[in-house]
Amino acid sequence: MRVMAPEEMEALIRLLSDDGYEVVGPTRREGAIVYDRLQGLSDLPAGWGDEHGPGHYRLRQRDDQALFGYVVGPHSWKKYLFPPRETLVRVLRREDGGFETQPGEPAPPRRAFIGVRPCELAAIGIQDRVFLEQSVRDRAYGARREGVFLVAVNCAEPGGTCFCTSMGTGPRAGSGFDLGLTEVIGEGTHFLVIEAGSEAGEAMLARMDTREASEAERAAAEQVWLEAPKHMGRTMPGDAREVLARALEHPRWAQTAERCLSCANCTLVCPTCFCAQMEELPDLEGKSSERVRLWDSCFNGEHSYMIGGPHRSTVAARYRQWLTHKLSSWHEQFGSSGCVGCGRCITWCPVGIDITEEVAAIRATGQGKAGGQGT
Amino acid sequence: MRVQRPTLAVWKFASCDGCQLTLLDCEDALLALADTIRIAHFPEASSARVEGPWDLSLVEGSITTPEDAERIREIRRASRHLVTIGACATSGGIQALRNFADVEAFTRQVYARPDWIQTLATSDPIAAHVPVDFELRGCPIDKGQLLEVINAFLYGRRPQIPASSVCEECKRAGHVCVMVAHGTPCLGPVTQAGCGALCPGCHRGCYGCFGPKETPNAPALSAQLAQLGMDQGQLLRVYRTFNANANPFREESLRHESDPDH
Repeated sequence: MRVMAPEEMEALIRLLSDDGYEVVGPTRREGAIVYDRLQGLSDLPAGWGDEHGPGHYRLRQRDDQALFGYVVGPHSWKKYLFPPRETLVRVLRREDGGFETQPGEPAPPRRAFIGVRPCELAAIGIQDRVFLEQSVRDRAYGARREGVFLVAVNCAEPGGTCFCTSMGTGPRAGSGFDLGLTEVIGEGTHFLVIEAGSEAGEAMLARMDTREASEAERAAAEQVWLEAPKHMGRTMPGDAREVLARALEHPRWAQTAERCLSCANCTLVCPTCFCAQMEELPDLEGKSSERVRLWDSCFNGEHSYMIGGPHRSTVAARYRQWLTHKLSSWHEQFGSSGCVGCGRCITWCPVGIDITEEVAAIRATGQGKAGGQGT
Repeated sequence: MRVQRPTLAVWKFASCDGCQLTLLDCEDALLALADTIRIAHFPEASSARVEGPWDLSLVEGSITTPEDAERIREIRRASRHLVTIGACATSGGIQALRNFADVEAFTRQVYARPDWIQTLATSDPIAAHVPVDFELRGCPIDKGQLLEVINAFLYGRRPQIPASSVCEECKRAGHVCVMVAHGTPCLGPVTQAGCGALCPGCHRGCYGCFGPKETPNAPALSAQLAQLGMDQGQLLRVYRTFNANANPFREESLRHESDPDH
């Protein structure tokens, strides 16, 4: 375990840039912490924290200069690995009547992600399984994922909508990163504990200005890891999978649909939601066409459109689809829950529908046989 | 390649012309369009006129007079396909505010000789008078969506115009939610996409220019807007703009009309 000054982040960003990485990470914009290009230390949101509640987010100034003193913002790393809009292929009509295809996008840049939270590491792992480890491998996702250098940051202060301890994904990163950071701020001290999680991480660490952690610094980092789990804003019932599998006709679905806007925000901010739609965009002369993949959502009627109409025509059916898939049938499909407990769907729901509260309510009232109009 | 180019006609009813001007605003795409389609009737662009029938008629504006109610029937009869463009043509437009009031009272107030004014009691969407093949929303419409609709009709396919929320475009663009992060009232969650989340991208709430999305839940949004500080009068007015007469917005504004504070 090694220690470095917060200012050493400047060197890390520079070294990664020198190695040809496009360095992306947290920065303050539009009243939020978002992920964007980082040029140097000054782009990091030093001294800024955030406040989370159902349908509520506010930046607030901290009384220290913490670089990673926020929870998570509205963006997730999925915007880089599974971009919101992507041209998959270009089709050109040839003079002889045949056609040829061209790749839709240029080769992706190699990216370094700075400030990946443990729940986000778990989310990347889930999307890896979805896109790379099924019968069909998503080549475009694979190309973007392959070269990524991951700098994780363990959580010191979970937010009001966090529940990663319930999902077993945080607040400390176990593996899956190249470098892992823990930010320690105390009386007159501010340093980063850094550890390598891969060979690439070891190599990078060797080029940085760090020193062996003292006994006191080690203890201070351990204190952060011990304290963080005690401050989760929310809890997800441990039997969510079974509870939801039994609750397909529960009256709660229709009740929640009265509040739900079916605006799709929860699915778009979710770091694991992967639904997409395809658009075919032919030119006016009929000489070429592009196939574009766009983020979609199970809350859109069009998403379940088949001959005759959408098969999930009600908002209740769409909310049920999202929640039962995310927390229950995801296990059968991909071998884990689809939820990592980051709390984004709670914070960024314009009307503050709380996934943990929904599961708890269904769990408390059991099967609800009297309901039946859930769909 | 088609031997004979299909003909396009552009018609105006009660409107500001902004939507049909979107066609002229297509710039480079307009040249490609002119190669593919024969612009047969478009007074804003050319005084040359080709007689009907027309393959595709784009209709802008709402029906507000008995004369227009007759004229739209003639246009429908002479058009193979008829697409309405813009909030006026698809919902009645801002002038549909008259639908919530007494038009005769207006004419008495405004005109020296109200008896000379022949106007209908309501401002109607085109679809209230004739069958419409497709309604393209927006105040004004988006030129990318307009080209998509024309393209779709050229090749006989379904237009790819999503009925999902502005939020979807907003999140795809990476904008920060103005409602959640700033407490700014926004109609994005009940409004149909198409503008590219223009206003939230400029840190403003959505004004609902593209009308209600599919499965809109305006009462639930209103409850949240009230929590952000909007009173009954503001809640009434927020839905009563360019798409005031679109049913979900209309019903929601009426719900706030009964309040004595208004």
